[in-house]
Amino acid sequence: MSALRLEAVSKHFGAIHALSDVSLLIEPGEVIGLMGDNGAGKSTLVKVIAGNFAPSAGEIFISDTKVEFHKPLDAQRAGIEVVYQDLAICDNLSAAANVFLGRELTKQIGPIPILDYARMRIRAGELFARLKSETRPRDLVKRMSGGQRQAVAIARALLSDAKIVLMDEPTAAISVRQVAEVLNLIRNLSDHGIAVVLVSHRMPDVFQVADTIAVLRRGRLVASKRAANSSPEEVTGLITGAIEFA
Amino acid sequence: MSNQGNRTLTPTANSLADAIGHSEHRGMLARLTNHQTFWVFMAAVLACLALSLLTDTFATERNLFNVSRNFAFVAIIALGMTAVIASGGIDLSVGSAVVLSSMTVAVLMSAGMPFWIGIPAALAVAILLGAVNGVLVAYAGMPPFVVTLGMLSVGRSLAMVLSNNKMIYQFGPDHELLLALGGGSTMGLPNPLLVMVVLAAITGFLFKWTRWGQHLFAMGGNESAAKLTGIPVRQLKVSVYVFSALTAGITGVLEVGWLGGVTTNLGQGMELAVIAAAVIGGANLAGGVGTAFGAVVGALLIEVIRNSLILLGISTFWQGAFVGSFIVIAVAFDRFRSVRQQG
Ligand SMILES: Nc1ncnc2c1ncn2[C@@H]1O[C@H](COP(=O)(O)OP(=O)(O)OP(=O)(O)O)[C@@H](O)[C@H]1O
Ligand SMILES: [Mg+2]
Repeated sequence: MSALRLEAVSKHFGAIHALSDVSLLIEPGEVIGLMGDNGAGKSTLVKVIAGNFAPSAGEIFISDTKVEFHKPLDAQRAGIEVVYQDLAICDNLSAAANVFLGRELTKQIGPIPILDYARMRIRAGELFARLKSETRPRDLVKRMSGGQRQAVAIARALLSDAKIVLMDEPTAAISVRQVAEVLNLIRNLSDHGIAVVLVSHRMPDVFQVADTIAVLRRGRLVASKRAANSSPEEVTGLITGAIEFA
Repeated sequence: MSNQGNRTLTPTANSLADAIGHSEHRGMLARLTNHQTFWVFMAAVLACLALSLLTDTFATERNLFNVSRNFAFVAIIALGMTAVIASGGIDLSVGSAVVLSSMTVAVLMSAGMPFWIGIPAALAVAILLGAVNGVLVAYAGMPPFVVTLGMLSVGRSLAMVLSNNKMIYQFGPDHELLLALGGGSTMGLPNPLLVMVVLAAITGFLFKWTRWGQHLFAMGGNESAAKLTGIPVRQLKVSVYVFSALTAGITGVLEVGWLGGVTTNLGQGMELAVIAAAVIGGANLAGGVGTAFGAVVGALLIEVIRNSLILLGISTFWQGAFVGSFIVIAVAFDRFRSVRQQG
């Protein structure tokens, strides 16, 4: 059973062919590093999977069932979570509040539902423990490091029992030490059987964490192979076009 | 990195919660003094003490009664304003919501309608005004500043049309009831003050304990994040402006009873005092921060200062200068603090 399967997915914006005929298979727990030059179509592919864009052609399968997403919420319900670097976190709230944002736990006081802070804090604490992250549920996100912020975003994915986590350039704007933290988090997700699609320009990060490397060039998937059977040199060649196909 | 190893050895929920508990206890005093609200409260208390010593008019029953009533009016609306500001918006139309709601109740009751029709109608008009603000901000995507500035003008103009710009001081069969509501007192405390306390408690509860409150602060902190997590930000925005207008509407109804009559300049310029109260009380104009208690304390400080100007014989022309400077100082204070935190 595959976690996610794309069959001949294309997406064009008017005359621009952002994606042409992309077919890709991702197993549960697999970490796939998606690489490519600027404008190669990586973000577009992520957005198609996340339900932001409907594909112009092609089919998407999740756990072998065909799906059609009309909005991001559809994808979320199907078990797809997107981790945005900064977009999806509220600095003014605590880590636990962010993990539960939009799906807060409540308890009834008479007819009135009130927030169940205690339960949310404990649940969030458990999730951070599972991610082996130092993040404390009550701390304000404002005072957190980039790595801890990622942990908050990723804990959201765990909370919703996501099958697939999409990460578009999670390590673009953070320090080296924090990159290591994020890569650890990705490994942890994979250990829990969650498939991860990691978009990154940083070759060492991708090789450190990915099982499979997929390369997009001008909207076409020109490679999808085991990281162990590839090398940074080969991937660079694929990205630039020096190597046609692999 | 070494303590990460320690942590993973004891990943049970209990030990984790313990660890969290310990790290959180920085001591009551340290936490208290870290809050702007605390210092504003201290300032208000000190001002009261100073006034009691410096003048023999401040601590009189009559003056205190007046101060607490005026303070209640500003504080009630500051609660609504805090919600708007914390959600990332601003509402300049509250003064007009006040006059429109009081004019509605006045016109209806002077035409012979009973109390129980006049007041709900006045509140409904205020809610409608807030809903128009909210829809224009949320669905038409217009800046709150522009929408509510327009409403500031429209609302007052409608009140003039409604009353033909005349003063109304006869309220039909339920005249006494209306006057008693806003002007009377219960157990020695002026009614508006009691209403304010109840509304502050409700607002505090809504902010802290409901999903509405949580979502409101999330939206003020990062609107696109709130949207991405599926929070219905548009409906939420409408509800926030309705809430603000409703607090203004309640104030309008109470003010009629207190004043015993309504003119179309009621509530003029009130938005400034209210915004000042909210901001002094810790609401952040950039959104995401604010408390109900802060709004009340901010309103208290403003009213005490205003009263002191009068009692100390300083010309009332200076009031605007004080209120205006207060807003600027409070915002500057906030800027200074956040710059220091980042640096
Ligand atoms: N909403 C859109 N409307 C029109 N064209 C778009 C849109 N989104 C992307 N494109 C185009 O599709 C192509 C692929 O863009 P995409 O953002 O997927 O690239 P990318 O691989 O993520 O690049 P980068 O590494 O710079 O993030 C580009 O030519 C881009 O201009
Ligand atoms: Mg991109």
